Amino acid sequence: MSNKLDTFKGSSNYVATDELMNAVNVSIALKKPLLIKGEPGTGKTMLAEAISESLGMPLIIWSIKSTTKAQDGLYVYDTVQRLYDSQFGEGDVSDISQYIKLGKLGEAFTSDQQVVLLIDEIDKADLEFPNDLLWELDKMEFYINETKETITAKTRPIVIITSNAEKELPDAFLRRCIFHYIAFPDEEKMREIIKVHFGDLDEKLVNAACEAFYKIREMDDLQKKPSTSELLDWLQALMLSGADVDSIVEKIPYVGVLLKKNQDIDMMYEIKEKGYSLKRW
Amino acid sequence: MFLEFFYLLRLRGLKVSINEWMVLMDAMNQGLAHSSLLAFYHLCRCILIKTEADYDKLDSVFAEYFAGIETPEDLPEEFWKWLSEEDRERDINDKRVHENVIHELEELLEMFHERIKEQKERHDGGTYWIGTGGTSVMGRGGYNPAGIRTGGHSRHRSAVQIAGEHHYRDFRDDQVIDVRQYQMAFRKLRQYSTRVDAAKTELDIDETIDETCDNAGMLHLVYERPRKNTVKVLLLMDSDGSMLMYSDMCARLFQALRKSNHFKDLKVYYFHNCIYDHLYNNPYCKRGDWIDTEWVLKNLDEEYKVIFVGDAAMAPSELYRRGGNAFVGLFNEETGITWLDRFDKRYKKKIWLNPIQRKNWEFAYGRETIEAIGKIFPMFDLTMDGLEKGIKRLLVR
Repeated sequence: MSNKLDTFKGSSNYVATDELMNAVNVSIALKKPLLIKGEPGTGKTMLAEAISESLGMPLIIWSIKSTTKAQDGLYVYDTVQRLYDSQFGEGDVSDISQYIKLGKLGEAFTSDQQVVLLIDEIDKADLEFPNDLLWELDKMEFYINETKETITAKTRPIVIITSNAEKELPDAFLRRCIFHYIAFPDEEKMREIIKVHFGDLDEKLVNAACEAFYKIREMDDLQKKPSTSELLDWLQALMLSGADVDSIVEKIPYVGVLLKKNQDIDMMYEIKEKGYSLKRW
Repeated sequence: MFLEFFYLLRLRGLKVSINEWMVLMDAMNQGLAHSSLLAFYHLCRCILIKTEADYDKLDSVFAEYFAGIETPEDLPEEFWKWLSEEDRERDINDKRVHENVIHELEELLEMFHERIKEQKERHDGGTYWIGTGGTSVMGRGGYNPAGIRTGGHSRHRSAVQIAGEHHYRDFRDDQVIDVRQYQMAFRKLRQYSTRVDAAKTELDIDETIDETCDNAGMLHLVYERPRKNTVKVLLLMDSDGSMLMYSDMCARLFQALRKSNHFKDLKVYYFHNCIYDHLYNNPYCKRGDWIDTEWVLKNLDEEYKVIFVGDAAMAPSELYRRGGNAFVGLFNEETGITWLDRFDKRYKKKIWLNPIQRKNWEFAYGRETIEAIGKIFPMFDLTMDGLEKGIKRLLVR
């Protein structure tokens, strides 16, 4: 292992579990995309940033939306611009390649340096989307019809794919990926994360905040449980306001930072008071 | 290697493909398992398993196959230091290994623990103590074929132990497997129309050509609205009672429909055996948590495509008699079949999906009511085939 140059060991502001680091290194060694799943707010997207930082490679982010097509990531042929140019005699219309605009995947392939490519929230796209990318991710090349050109990756990018599990991904696609599920961090890991973000905080404040946070997370009736990023925001709010440390668990100030839905806030207070909720069904 | 393990995984219902197995072998060849069972476990997990729902299954199989193989964990800190410092190279022929090399694992472990108690200092190259480069059965970088490796890359906790703890039990979810198949079927349920409110973003080629010609050859682009799916779906599900045994199947169907975001609208209500004055808001069918069936009929226009999901099996009285409602304490003035007729008259496109297989309809409990309801609504069984036929039926004009 020591003779491998590209070994991910976490970065100064990202706390990775050994398992996650292991998965990243396996995916790099086997040259396969790494598919990361996990609750929102467990740092899926942050991971790619951390990898790019720790390995000193540029990061290319392809954010997927419901309307994104696989083709968008490869290249776009700007027909309209070419038509206009032909009308007004501008530019060299016979040179098609200047109307070909590479997408994020194309960008990653043509980069001289090895890059980290993040395909963010792949499950947002159409059902067929992952299947359309099979060949490109496998062979790391694609063909541009208009110019009869094949774009092959100069250096194979490190591909990180994140998914929130909104849709099932096709088997054929899954078979080609290395998979890792980021579990929600336990309290010990959470303290490490807090330390990385805020440095050494007042221990009493961290204790109180963690206690309150995990208590709230244990309430099964909440529709949206608070996640790591919400805890960090909350700590920030507590620090800035100088809230009374002793009353944090009791009063839970700035609860709106942790819980985003009104029903959840009501529910939380109800459970806190009675120890259970009646609103179940 | 470990081919038995591969077949055991498949036997226990994990769909590991040959392809993935070869990748695992490749990873082992590259030394990614660091000759440690724990690393091997993590390697298996990230290469062979593709959903956290299967983590627990892997844990069980792993614990089953590798049970009893433990790695020593309670070695004093000092020992680790001796073992991890500097390597010693040794000529392969310099000393012959003991004849009686094969130890039972238990015996070996026992010996190992005894030796820890005895040993007081660092040893390298010996035949007895725990140390590096020796031929004793314990230590690192040594030459005993049946020894225990201590130190180096491996870690203190054994993989079997971790696997045995079942950390991922909560994620186990046996019903997700076929959601995608259902989803693919529902994708066919679409009718496109440009008559929706949206920005004009798509190039209308025919119009563009006409306009450009009128414009004496100067390019004039015309855009039109993108085509959008206009299908609206009303899903009515039988829940509780006799449907309990099909709940997995129905849950899958439901998940698939919920995740298909291409419908213009999706309304879901529940009923108990048959439809009467009320439709329930959730599958628990609690009294009071309902909506008037009349309201639904009035407010959801006839363009809605109605999908009933239910076994249609009930006592004939529930369908034909006033007050036949099986829910104790609820009295219906009008018979169930009257209500079903109303749905039939109101909506143009409707189907009934039945989790009971078609070939059993004639013999199942409630065959009279299955037949009667089948005369009102086109009925299909809840298989891929039936679903596809049903969806076709919803689409024909």
